[in-house]
Amino acid sequence: MKKLLFLLTIAVLAMSCGNSTSQREGKGVQLVAAGATFPMPFYNLAFKKYGELTGSSVTYGGIGSGGGIRSLQDRVVDFGASDAYLSDEEMAEMGADVIHIPTCIGAVVIAYNLPGIDELKLTPGLMEGIFMGKITKWNDVAITEVNEGVSLPDRKITVVYRSDGSGTTFIFSDYMSKVSNEWANGIGRGKSLNWPVGIGAKGNPGVAGTISQSEGTIGYIGSEYAFAQKITFAALQNSSGKFIRPSLESVSAAASGDIPPDTRVMITNSDSPDAYPISGFTWLLLFKEQAYNNRTFDQAEATLSAIEWMLGPDAQAIASSVNYASLPERAVERAAELLSTVTYEGNTMKK
Amino acid sequence: MVASDKITRGVLLSSSVLILLVAGGMILSLLKGSIPAFREFGPGFILSPHWDPTAGNERYGALPFITGTLVSSILALAICLPLSMSTSLFVAEYFDGSGWSKVISTMTDLLAGIPSIVYGLWGFYALRPVIVSLGLSDQGFGLFTSSIILAIMIVPYATSVSSEVIRMVPKELREAAYSLGATRWEVISGVVMPSARSGIVASYIMALGRALGETMAVTMLIGNSNRMPTGLFGPANTLASLIANEFGEAQGIKLSSLIALGLILFLITGLVNWTGKWLIKKIS
Repeated sequence: MKKLLFLLTIAVLAMSCGNSTSQREGKGVQLVAAGATFPMPFYNLAFKKYGELTGSSVTYGGIGSGGGIRSLQDRVVDFGASDAYLSDEEMAEMGADVIHIPTCIGAVVIAYNLPGIDELKLTPGLMEGIFMGKITKWNDVAITEVNEGVSLPDRKITVVYRSDGSGTTFIFSDYMSKVSNEWANGIGRGKSLNWPVGIGAKGNPGVAGTISQSEGTIGYIGSEYAFAQKITFAALQNSSGKFIRPSLESVSAAASGDIPPDTRVMITNSDSPDAYPISGFTWLLLFKEQAYNNRTFDQAEATLSAIEWMLGPDAQAIASSVNYASLPERAVERAAELLSTVTYEGNTMKK
Repeated sequence: MVASDKITRGVLLSSSVLILLVAGGMILSLLKGSIPAFREFGPGFILSPHWDPTAGNERYGALPFITGTLVSSILALAICLPLSMSTSLFVAEYFDGSGWSKVISTMTDLLAGIPSIVYGLWGFYALRPVIVSLGLSDQGFGLFTSSIILAIMIVPYATSVSSEVIRMVPKELREAAYSLGATRWEVISGVVMPSARSGIVASYIMALGRALGETMAVTMLIGNSNRMPTGLFGPANTLASLIANEFGEAQGIKLSSLIALGLILFLITGLVNWTGKWLIKKIS
């Protein structure tokens, strides 16, 4: 028995060693990253392509933004990823300077299920009324006033929200807090919320499935999922008073304004006249000083080059192909400035 | 011989100790993880009906989920009871050994092997529309819908063990009762049930334990509302379902509160098992 176990252990060890040597062939470096699930389809494709081009490999684990931040804090990954930027307190807890590099822009669309109604316009006031449970019927005067010519049914409104903690909920509630004082004071923003009404469903697929299966429902879904699934969604009135449907262009437009040097900014309710109002960056997070935890210079250099590659036109094209809006020029500039500050043992890495 | 005995003994002993260590380690890590939550909210954590994750105003309480877990599981047990009781009597007493009995036994055993996500999907696409069309609830999500799914999920557990126990009642007892002129019903209620009682109770305790911890199918049907449930047809949430939903993005005091919920679920399951054992002892 013991001998068998021993042999088995040896076999497993041999197999795992064989694996790692085959991956280490060539001069490639292995990088490990973890974090947000929202940009995962983009990251997986982009890192795979990066691996093919350079021979280095990047393993990305979609364990959630919170997990990504924790992993970086514990120094077990080369870089992390998050849909929400770190607050000042969170930055202080990291133990060293962390920089945020935006990689693409996502949005949150408002999906609904009303058979025969393909176009629905919503104002910030209606959003507050519906999601806080004050407007309970689809044919409420408040809704019909905005949607002239659309015959809305006498049906109860059922709100569907994310039951799991999510960056999508964070962006949605950030927008709601900006446009509604009552929301800001009563519910606030966060990855999960204390919902006054409605039912919860798990993940984008859960919310989308629940909405598509039940008439009279309304909810919010990450754009990367909604665009791929041909879901019916509403046009939202932005801060310039225009009704804007979510699209890669209108989402990208939300980031067209100036961006602070550290890129820590929420672009919901953007001033840009053509912007879809519930949009947000997603970030990669890395330590400014790359020499920690016995990391080699090669590893630091590979980290920098992988992140840099994500900002280039090839990776940004991959982002659009899987329904993320690409970064506007200003954001790429800011990101490049930030990357040029990265050091290894105190020396700037970029010439 | 002596050597092989020693080896057997060693293997048996080490596996038992390992199980003990794993169980002990689980309790310890649950306890350790939940300390911050209990320190922050005190024992009131168990009785507070508020689960508010709003940043800056965080406060967590377990009552809505304890209620959701207990109500959905006990209701499931109540729905399961007549179904599985009649099935096990049919299979083990009325048609024991017949083709019918074999088909039904196989089917119920098959139900036990279906993954819970499949039950969830079936509930979502097939059962929920029925609840809606009966006018019981607006969208069909809630305690009642998940209880029905849970009931179907636990029927095979209760049925297969109960029917096994009923089969084990000695033939001589039955024959003696028949020879005294007892009717079939009198044999069942007067002879079979009393001698199989403790085993049957045990099978339902096991079924209840399974319902308490079920996660996926419940998450898909219960509506995941973190407020106190207001009725059987409204949305609610259970301990297991909330943990599965929120764990990924939880940090700090929220993470600790979720671990505390895990500890509470562990204790509830333990209590159910202990009550079951006590009940069995008492009636047998």
